[in-house]
Amino acid sequence: MKILVAVKRVIDYNVQIRVKEDNSGVVTDNVKMSTNPPDDNAIEEAVKIKEAGKATEVVAVSIGEEKAQETVRKALAVGADRGILVKTEGVVEPLSVSKLLQKIVEKEKPDLVFMGKQAIDDDCNQTGQMLSALLNWPQATFASKIEIKDGKLEVTREIDEGLETIEISFPAIVTCDLRLNEPRYASLPNIMKAKKKPIEQLNASDLGVDISPRVEQIKVEEPPKRKAGIKVSSVSELVQKLKNEAKVI
Amino acid sequence: MSVLLIAEHNNKELRPFTLNAATAASHIDNDVHAVIIGHNCEEAAIALSKLEFVKKVIQVEAAYYENFVAENFAPVIVKLAGNYSHIISSANTFGKNLMPRIAAALDTSQISDITKVIAPDTFLRPIYAGNAFATVKSKDTKKCVTIRPTSFDACESTGGSASIEKAEASEEFSKTKFVKREEVKSDRPELGTARVVVSGGRGMQSGDNFKLITSLADKLNAAIGASRAAVDAGYISNDHQVGQTGKVVVPDLYIAVGISGAIQHLAGMKESKVIVAINKDGEAPIFSVADYGLEADLFEAVPQFLEELNKLNTIQK
Repeated sequence: MKILVAVKRVIDYNVQIRVKEDNSGVVTDNVKMSTNPPDDNAIEEAVKIKEAGKATEVVAVSIGEEKAQETVRKALAVGADRGILVKTEGVVEPLSVSKLLQKIVEKEKPDLVFMGKQAIDDDCNQTGQMLSALLNWPQATFASKIEIKDGKLEVTREIDEGLETIEISFPAIVTCDLRLNEPRYASLPNIMKAKKKPIEQLNASDLGVDISPRVEQIKVEEPPKRKAGIKVSSVSELVQKLKNEAKVI
Repeated sequence: MSVLLIAEHNNKELRPFTLNAATAASHIDNDVHAVIIGHNCEEAAIALSKLEFVKKVIQVEAAYYENFVAENFAPVIVKLAGNYSHIISSANTFGKNLMPRIAAALDTSQISDITKVIAPDTFLRPIYAGNAFATVKSKDTKKCVTIRPTSFDACESTGGSASIEKAEASEEFSKTKFVKREEVKSDRPELGTARVVVSGGRGMQSGDNFKLITSLADKLNAAIGASRAAVDAGYISNDHQVGQTGKVVVPDLYIAVGISGAIQHLAGMKESKVIVAINKDGEAPIFSVADYGLEADLFEAVPQFLEELNKLNTIQK
């Protein structure tokens, strides 16, 4: 069984986001970049399945600028066997990403495709579902548990009401929640080994997909600031303020 | 052209965010039609027909629609889509799971989680966990939009008198089977719509200590929330998580207990009208968004809070 894992390079989750003065976007120059956090869970799960002897190959794919190679390399350092980088410029919308991934899937013929349930930059939460629609494959979104059972995949999904379990047949798409597993850190020897693993580089234009944006970003602004609050010195003062000033209890 | 709203329901009743999505749909166009897909969902379809803003209901029935599998729902909407300029649903786990499957089939670039309709093709949406807001304009002829329910008021559940039409089911998608749903039943207000939310974080130190949160929530008739750290640690189930990858809440009063306030948590609660933070670390980022901050050991402060509430003659419900 082959597992394809899609990983995205995003601004690190600990970075305080700053909006550009001309409102054209957020500041990305000299900002720490990392793998989108739930994509780390996706890689971890694929590697665990391989370690359990249930998969033979894990392929990591990223779509983005040249530097997204670092994100692929990190996936290789935690256990992916080889990488693919589809080079693009500028914003690539989830619809375009899923069309590019569709081309990679047609070429690689994986049994499973894993990715994070949402990217923490655009917060779209679309790509996995779109890819499964394009391929007409089953989808298991927001997965917090995956079990391979009798040639099928049983997935526990985190939904607003609690948990839902579905059974899907191969090939399938799974989008991963942060609670799926605990991603490992790459060890130094594995980081060194990853440097020798192959990364195939493609240009988006070679794949014959129109990825021109359909959504125009008119402006990006700071969120409205909350007015500064106060510190209260005691619980009784807090309750009085809530009762008489804020009038919420 | 008209707007098609996808109703969320449990086959008996509408789920509450359908009412917020109806309001959002009405901001795009007055002619709002609503589709309800389910199994024996007659009652919910009638409730839908009575909603303010809804002009027509389309009901689609089949046994395999009982459990809301997106692979079964999407083809129904895609078939109806020809008559509509926009397709709308809530950006909760229902809509997030379903809408992109529809959008891809229609070759439309979806706009997720909007907080405002600026024009029928232009929307405001948070990005980077709400640390920035993007104004975006869709160039697609057909638009697939999910709305942030807490950013739109619920519409009236009476007053409408829409006709209910039946439409044909699509074929069953056989490669996905529903197995079970474990819903956490509670008499408390729903987290997404509660007037008051009391949330606990890693500072609670154990699931057992969450009893403090429960007693405070009981007293205030509040829903119970949690940070991701508390859910990850197993103190409480996932349906309580507030934040970028959990639920977004906008209560009148949000009380954060033992929550440090990572940006991912703030993303889910910082629009609350009044925020209270109780934390022993005076430098915790939660204080930067709190209207009232109390630097104290929660294990002393929460019991005192209960005592002080007991002294009050009345507490708003």
